[in-house]
Amino acid sequence: MILVEFHKLFRRRRTWATIGVLNALPVTVAVLLAVTDLGPRPGSGPAFLSAVLTNGALFPLAALGIVLPLFLPIAVAVVAADAIAGEAQAGTLRYLLARPAGRTRLLVAKLIAVLAFVLVTVVTVALVGYLIGITLFDTQTVGGVSISGTSLTAQQLAGRTALAIGYVTVSMCGVAAVALFFSTFTDAPLGATLGALAVLVASSLLLTLDAASPIAPYLPTRYWLSFVDFFRDPILWRNIVRGLGLQAVYVGVLLAGAWANFTTKDITS
Amino acid sequence: MTSPAPVIVTRGLTKRFGAVRAVDGIDLDVRAGDVYGFLGANGSGKTTTVRMLLGLVLPTSGEVEVLGGRMPKEGRRVLPRVGALVEGPAFYAHLSGHENLSLLDASGPGGGRGNRRSRIQEVLENVGLAGVGRRPVRGYSLGMRQRLGLAGALLRRPELLVLDEPTNGLDPQGIAEIRALLQDLHRTGTTVFLSSHLLAEVELMASRVGVLARGRLVLQEELSVLTAPTGATVVITPHPDRARSTLGGRVVSAEGNRLVVRGDDPAEVNALLVRAGVPVIGLALDRPTLEEVVLAAAGTSQDRVDA
Repeated sequence: MILVEFHKLFRRRRTWATIGVLNALPVTVAVLLAVTDLGPRPGSGPAFLSAVLTNGALFPLAALGIVLPLFLPIAVAVVAADAIAGEAQAGTLRYLLARPAGRTRLLVAKLIAVLAFVLVTVVTVALVGYLIGITLFDTQTVGGVSISGTSLTAQQLAGRTALAIGYVTVSMCGVAAVALFFSTFTDAPLGATLGALAVLVASSLLLTLDAASPIAPYLPTRYWLSFVDFFRDPILWRNIVRGLGLQAVYVGVLLAGAWANFTTKDITS
Repeated sequence: MTSPAPVIVTRGLTKRFGAVRAVDGIDLDVRAGDVYGFLGANGSGKTTTVRMLLGLVLPTSGEVEVLGGRMPKEGRRVLPRVGALVEGPAFYAHLSGHENLSLLDASGPGGGRGNRRSRIQEVLENVGLAGVGRRPVRGYSLGMRQRLGLAGALLRRPELLVLDEPTNGLDPQGIAEIRALLQDLHRTGTTVFLSSHLLAEVELMASRVGVLARGRLVLQEELSVLTAPTGATVVITPHPDRARSTLGGRVVSAEGNRLVVRGDDPAEVNALLVRAGVPVIGLALDRPTLEEVVLAAAGTSQDRVDA
């Protein structure tokens, strides 16, 4: 069943096109930086971008920082929203359930496939970023410098990069859960995608509003950029832990909601 | 003689969508070996009923039993033995017919990976698609999609076929082919539940008929009983007036040169007329057509929205 979902997802040209487009922006940024040698002033622009000029090995993190606010969540929302609603729209949902695939089993298989997509996407962005980074920029094989100014060994840098990739993946699981939740309510994948994006846009917007500060710690996008904290010395765990906890709650509640709805609804598509 | 095993049994099956009772307390009784023609106008509740049989729509009240198992609770045990075609076929357009069937088969229990390839090849041959199985479904015609949908339903050699409008989109040759295929399957022991609004299709195939009107089962009977002789004889003659005077009060009704005469022995009626010198062109036992039976039972069309 899970293999079937992998087959459907990764044998689809659209999936790879999405991942390709997702990588196009960081690559463009890298090329422009390398050609012009004009980095943003330290402390402005996307995270790590100013540091990249001196150390290309940091570019995976810059790449994640570039796609994280918009591109990555859109891609995840599109794929996760398609999970159930896409099958409903194509009419294949009724045949899967009459097969019988089992509603809970189908939902779990879809969830795993979406998580796999998130992981593949994040890792691809990081990997492409790394290859581009070491090709276009100078690299310091001995390691790098933390945001706090202390130096990190190459090993430390690699470990922290892996942790950051993991953290971004978890953040995107939150997006996936929102989209999957909406996906069980509609037969139109576009509607589910827009629903999920509306939640994220609303969250980002509220974060800029002082009046919304009491609810800010509970907004889904609040701790997205905290992956940067892995590169402070020592690692600043506070927001990272909060971010993980918050995503866990969102994922848990939304998946429970998706399950409750999907297992009790009439399939009329 | 024991009656054949029940295959589909529903008791007081009801589905409400808001204030509308789409299906209203129906008691279906389909037995092993039946070709059950499930008739009803558009919007009469056929598809909702079919979806409840398959566990897609959950009943508001009442019970469904398919192949001895309660639905939807025992779907995992029951449904692998059922082949279904619901409201038109549906596929992943970017994959081939072969891949589509393979994915569908792998999505649930009771498939068996070892002989999957050969089973797919076999059903594609059965429905006449052996030559195009590798082309993406995107390029299939409506009729080819319908055939592929049927192939999907046959994939696990089901004991019960639940087919909703299976000949939709097929040309007359295709319809005849599919009918022959279903009759073959029926001969080898498959029970067929055929939901349709095409009376002619059902009349040609069905052994039993259920008629749904406004969510209620208004009729459920053997086709042979429904279209049994009425006890009258139909006479066609170029001289209806002379026939009338010969037969006297036995003429029940007359329409042009067609007379309906009381008496279930055409030979006797014929002898009377011939003796009186009245030529007879046609002579038959009077039987109601399925159309007459259904229209009498179901009333007006359900698409009408009268004030």
